[in-house]
Amino acid sequence: MAFISDPVSFIGAWLEGLLLGWGLAPGAVDFIMKLIGAGLLGMISLGLVIFTIWMERKLYARIQDRFGPNRVGPWGIFQTFPDMIKIFTKEYITPDGADKVVYNLAPILAVSAVILIWAVLPFAPTVVGTQVNVGVLYIVAVGAIGTLSLIMAGWSSNNKYALLGAFRAVAQMVSYEVPMVLSLLVPVILSRSMGLNTIVEKQTIWYVVLAPLAMLIFFISSQAEIGRAPFDLLEAESEIVAGYQTEYSGLKFGMFYVGEFLHAFTVSALMTALFFGGWRGPLAEQFPILGIAYFIVKAFIVYFIVIVLRISMPRLRIDQLLNFNWKFLTPIALFLLMITAIFEKALSQVDASTLVRVVTHLLVNIFVTLGTVEILRRYSRGERKRVAEPRPVATPQKP
Amino acid sequence: MSPLQFVFLAVAAVTLIAAVMVVSARLLVHAALWLVLTLFGVAVLYVLLNAGFFAVAQVLIYIGAIAILFIFAVMLTRDVMQDTGPQQNTNWWLAALIAIGGFGGLFLLLSSWPGFSTALPDLPNEGQALADLGKALVGPYLLPFELASVLLVAAMVGAIYVSYPKK
Repeated sequence: MAFISDPVSFIGAWLEGLLLGWGLAPGAVDFIMKLIGAGLLGMISLGLVIFTIWMERKLYARIQDRFGPNRVGPWGIFQTFPDMIKIFTKEYITPDGADKVVYNLAPILAVSAVILIWAVLPFAPTVVGTQVNVGVLYIVAVGAIGTLSLIMAGWSSNNKYALLGAFRAVAQMVSYEVPMVLSLLVPVILSRSMGLNTIVEKQTIWYVVLAPLAMLIFFISSQAEIGRAPFDLLEAESEIVAGYQTEYSGLKFGMFYVGEFLHAFTVSALMTALFFGGWRGPLAEQFPILGIAYFIVKAFIVYFIVIVLRISMPRLRIDQLLNFNWKFLTPIALFLLMITAIFEKALSQVDASTLVRVVTHLLVNIFVTLGTVEILRRYSRGERKRVAEPRPVATPQKP
Repeated sequence: MSPLQFVFLAVAAVTLIAAVMVVSARLLVHAALWLVLTLFGVAVLYVLLNAGFFAVAQVLIYIGAIAILFIFAVMLTRDVMQDTGPQQNTNWWLAALIAIGGFGGLFLLLSSWPGFSTALPDLPNEGQALADLGKALVGPYLLPFELASVLLVAAMVGAIYVSYPKK
């Protein structure tokens, strides 16, 4: 029964007992267990990409009224394997004048920065890579390594387009980190914890109900962090070839590709943990295996929305991108954070019931949203008036 | 030697080597990347000291913000790929003197410190320590905390003023 309800912990406990039985020191056993866990997590996450690439290509094709991959296996589900073999056999080309060490290090960092996030994802009450009590901060910190890898790739390629892509990547990622962190702090305030598993445990009512606006801000800014459409300026094909990955070929390019797909799914999993109740669901606490199932199903639903967004949106211009971040997302995230903190403190002072708390937070979010929409409406009206004014195409030069 | 000591020595060695490379690397961008490694080493040292929050904050602020800004600034300054200017200016002997003096002073001070031989007290629960830190920042240390923020705002306003086009 223990095996059926919680296979991961069961096997873990069994293996630990076995290793201890062989007379290994407890410290060494702990080390080996952590090593196995980390290896498994990395393999599972990379293996999952094989499936998500197929899923994304299939959906992409369906929305564009095509079939998509449909030759290898049923519904083309094994299409990624031939692609993988192809990319393994491709030649590596290192451009002349490239900075070799940095050039080769960048793709590795790009993937590892994403896999590092998996260390703190709570898949089930008992299945967590490691319990970091500053998990939310850890996620943001690890994201910085991803940004670093893009700069390294762009700089070391000895290519102007690659460097331009790197510049764009930094401008975009550093800016969008601000609203992302601010919106991440809202679940932290609501749950009084920075540990991801504690945040999930506290979500008797999903935080998407208590903080829908924070969820939206996090969703948008995390899309920019991944760097896909509509925020794919760092690899805009029509402008800068392929951005930071212009000079990469073979598996080195594949690493960036895998990193991007994995990041998209990882962000969906994070959204699930932070706002959609993570592993929570009926009977999940008694049977952790159900928790894993709920978590994966929810993550895939979010991932579906991520894909649809990517397919249906045109690319932004760089000034639109930065204006949207600094003039819209950041102020609203700051305001929301402050107002949530004030209301949460006030509600905890008067010992409000769960219902009152939920309704208050929901109302606050609705009012902030309405206010934002009103401000946006006035702004766009002014903009339209400004654009509609007749402007002389060429003004005569003053003598 | 316990595994922890081994890890500490390895990390300390990497940190020191990377720190030396920061000041001796020929390319400015390389120096910045070595600096990232140095800061990482310091973050690992924080982890070894059971200060997970400081480790994460170190990575977040020093690598995520400051180091990336350094690299960005270096890229924007001169010829990006072939920037191999001289590493020292004429004041290098003064800097070396100050560094050696500082190290010597610290060494003298710390060699007479009794803390090395006393047994380490058990650390409190890290979550509790973190809560205490937060309370301290808005309690007894409110003024320094706010002064630091004012300083940052002043720096930001200054940067905007410098870069704003004159009308």
